[in-house]
Amino acid sequence: MQNEPNILDPLAVAETWHGQGRSVALATVIETWGSAPRPVGSHLVIDGEGNFQGSVSGGCVEGAVIAEAADVIASGRPRVLEFGVADETAWRVGLSCGGRIRVYVERIDG
Amino acid sequence: MELGTLQILNEARASRRAAVVVSDLADGSSQAFVEGERIPPEWAEPVSEALHSGRPRLVDIGERPLFFNVHLPPPRIVAIGAVHISQALARLAPVAGFDMVVVDPRTAFATAERFHGVELLADWPEDVLPERPLDRYTALAALTHDPKIDDYPLRAALEARCFYVGALGSRKTHASRVERLRTQGVAGEAIARIKAPIGLDIGAASPAEIAVAVLAEIIMSLRRRDVDLPAEGAR
Repeated sequence: MQNEPNILDPLAVAETWHGQGRSVALATVIETWGSAPRPVGSHLVIDGEGNFQGSVSGGCVEGAVIAEAADVIASGRPRVLEFGVADETAWRVGLSCGGRIRVYVERIDG
Repeated sequence: MELGTLQILNEARASRRAAVVVSDLADGSSQAFVEGERIPPEWAEPVSEALHSGRPRLVDIGERPLFFNVHLPPPRIVAIGAVHISQALARLAPVAGFDMVVVDPRTAFATAERFHGVELLADWPEDVLPERPLDRYTALAALTHDPKIDDYPLRAALEARCFYVGALGSRKTHASRVERLRTQGVAGEAIARIKAPIGLDIGAASPAEIAVAVLAEIIMSLRRRDVDLPAEGAR
């Protein structure tokens, strides 16, 4: 167990946070269309207090993912989120680059 | 994701081994497979495909939506020479996601005080590299100007097909280096892969600026490298 994880490495942060007794959710980009800012496989880690490290976009949709992560942490049920300009919520959260992404959010259990 | 999966994955990443994590999007279960370890036959094909392509992907297997995430070893920079440029590079490299190792037999240069947070080996490259082999995920920067220290690791890096091989020194210094390597039997095609003068031409003047130029050139070589199988980010 690392006491001071590299804050640029979300997976190391996830393990450290869990070891500190914090609730942790992991968000992963699982699909992209068009010009998505972060490639498939990119991670964002969120704790129960809304602290986060990493990214799934260039900062466009992180806020919405963090809000959903709170539900995933509470219920333990993973979910898949989709974001893009075609989405009716585009005025609120969307990708200004015109791309579309799907993000899988799951809780770290153990 | 189960904590056990995350731990296996982080352990593999820390020891520079490739790993694949398979997540079942429907029930949230996951498992990690590490390159070189036994993979159950039912997973062998998709996991090996993922390891070879280096590309994460979403697949339905038996109506289960599965996400295969691939974690290849992070690229590493081996700097020959515990010099001023290496000190700056040692601070920049981790930010850009590179592991870094500094090798220099001159113990006056290779001191822990001068290098925080990176691995420092105060030994001859001839002694270090056989134990810590260079690979395709490694960039080698020879920064001492001293043929006694630089020449061997340059040859080893060309042989190991490191994605980047750079050598510090003026055009004149490099011309005599080319001559020496030729006499030592290194092929002209291999010698041509050495980046010299080292670093992108951004007019860098100070050691820190040269370190930025070298790091930028390393990133360019990584993203534009020739790969037999396309990896993420390759063009």
